[in-house]
Amino acid sequence: MHEHLSHSPDTSGHFGDYGGRFVAETLISALNQLEHTYQKVRNDAHWNDALSRNLQQYVGRPSPLYHAAAWSRQLGGAQIYFKREDLNHTGSHKINNALAQVHLAHYMGKKRIIAETGAGQHGVATATAAARLGLECVVYMGAEDITRQASNVYKMKLLGAQVVAVHDGSCTLKDALNEALRDWVTNVENTFYVIGSVAGPHPYPMMVRDFQKIIGEETYHQCLECLGKQPNVLVACVGGGSNAIGLFYRFIEEKSVRLIGVEAGGVGNALGEHAAALTYGRRGVLHGMRSYLLSHASGQVAPTTSIAAGLDYPGVGPEHAWLKDCGRAEYVTVTDEQAIHAFHEISTHEGILPALESCHALAYTRIIATKMSSQDNIVVNLSGRGDKDLEQIAAREEQAN
Amino acid sequence: MTRLANTMDRLSRRRGLISYIVAGHPHPDVTVPAMHALVEAGSDVIELGMPFSDPMAEGKIICRAHACALQHGVGLDDVFNMVESFRATDSHTPIVLMGYTNPVEQFGVQSFIDAMHNAGVDGLLLVDMPYDEAESIHMQIQNYQMSMIFLITPTTDSERVCAINKMASGFIYCVSLTGITGADHVNSEEVIDRLAHLRPLVHHPLAVGFGIKDIHTATQIATKADAIVLGSILSETMESEDDVPAAIHTLLTPYRKALDQIREDPL
Repeated sequence: MHEHLSHSPDTSGHFGDYGGRFVAETLISALNQLEHTYQKVRNDAHWNDALSRNLQQYVGRPSPLYHAAAWSRQLGGAQIYFKREDLNHTGSHKINNALAQVHLAHYMGKKRIIAETGAGQHGVATATAAARLGLECVVYMGAEDITRQASNVYKMKLLGAQVVAVHDGSCTLKDALNEALRDWVTNVENTFYVIGSVAGPHPYPMMVRDFQKIIGEETYHQCLECLGKQPNVLVACVGGGSNAIGLFYRFIEEKSVRLIGVEAGGVGNALGEHAAALTYGRRGVLHGMRSYLLSHASGQVAPTTSIAAGLDYPGVGPEHAWLKDCGRAEYVTVTDEQAIHAFHEISTHEGILPALESCHALAYTRIIATKMSSQDNIVVNLSGRGDKDLEQIAAREEQAN
Repeated sequence: MTRLANTMDRLSRRRGLISYIVAGHPHPDVTVPAMHALVEAGSDVIELGMPFSDPMAEGKIICRAHACALQHGVGLDDVFNMVESFRATDSHTPIVLMGYTNPVEQFGVQSFIDAMHNAGVDGLLLVDMPYDEAESIHMQIQNYQMSMIFLITPTTDSERVCAINKMASGFIYCVSLTGITGADHVNSEEVIDRLAHLRPLVHHPLAVGFGIKDIHTATQIATKADAIVLGSILSETMESEDDVPAAIHTLLTPYRKALDQIREDPL
């Protein structure tokens, strides 16, 4: 069963039982066209060279692998390394995918870009790439997320994007996705939908993974260079799961490396109090894919809670669902409190302000590092920087005092 | 011949009116009387929407109807109860359940199909399950002599139209425009051209829906279609009137009349 884990999905976009294309008929031809174009360019040397050049010169890749020596010493266990995706242009791993998809849109002659965003990182990354290519950009964002990630909203506007507030449902990422899908169904002829995670209908989960897998490929070589071997454990946070799959993918066949995805445990383990689809969810269908889903027994999608807007989503990418069922990756949770604690610890010990999403990975790293030896190595994906979260954290702490 | 096939067969002599309402909207007590009113006002088929938290293909009006039904706690068991009580006095009007995949799968596909059959449902349309993903549920539905209804949209190419035609039964739901329900950019001439293109490829009755909100558009399209579907305009009327059955009569009667005046052969 594990033999071909890295050769997925199958031609119809299924990772085992997961994935697929559960969308309105109107979108099928656009998905076929996208898949066809992507299959053409993915092996095209010219396209790949241009993308690589952009990733180096515009994004700033490769991102460093940094030994968090002070924090490792403080914890007194394994050596912890940060994959510094926070140092990318626009401040997170999201640009790797957004830049590639916007270039693909340009290549396909689409004049209009739409995107959904939770924390705003994917929205900013997409607006950035669209600005550079002179494409119209509309970003859908839940009204609640607009409030808690105000600085990213302002950035998107500065970049020339139109930010549309979504007031339906829970007013978060899920609802932004619904509204983006409605826009796409309506404007499918001239519009390219840049999905921000390894979620949605085929080919998005595969394509976004391919655009993010550079994180793990760099990590693989950087580990060989600085450690002379592969790490014992990789840790990444999982909302939709793009930074995690990006880090994990190169290592799927490296069976000695543990892969740990950390979901948002929110404020409790009852339905509605967290956003941990793999840990507490059931198999379901939403937003074009079959995967794990936080849904009531009635089939209605459950509300979610997380301090991290980028993790506050009831579903998860289908490849993660499959890696979980196959036993190749483990999925755990940490709470809002644990994430905030990690935020402060990394700020004061390493001089880095990590994004609240990434703090989930850091908080779990903290727990396992102390149980490991100083000869062991953990790589944690520092997927984004925390500038966008400062107001939210300040407000929360003011309220607590 | 099944109830749905029978009704569709009759449509060669009269234009069909298919009416979509969301079960439980504007109130669960109103749904069964509303269904009877739909029939009395001239509907040939009832499409009963199964409420869902994330109705991605719907415009604002029908989204509101779903949210309203969920606020009243309407679940699939309630939907089946409504169909059953409708069937107590109406055994001839076909009912198609329309909704989204997740509630059906959480209910359990086999249990769902059993419940459809027992309640007297005739067909199922899952908006987010294109035919590529529908093979297994379609087989199970056919085993019970019920129909799986599929959508054809302006972006469906001829190859897919043929594949869908093969799997479909009952009728094919031809979406009038590229967009969501209740959209206001339906173009009757484009729809008529498209129907002419589809006729040689499709061997099922063609019902046209999405964005039909006035009698003029309805009659124009119906000259070349076997049936038209009204949805958003019904929901909008139902949410603003106290006497829902009376409001349905007032809204639908002129549509029925206009459709009955069409003499042209749809083919």
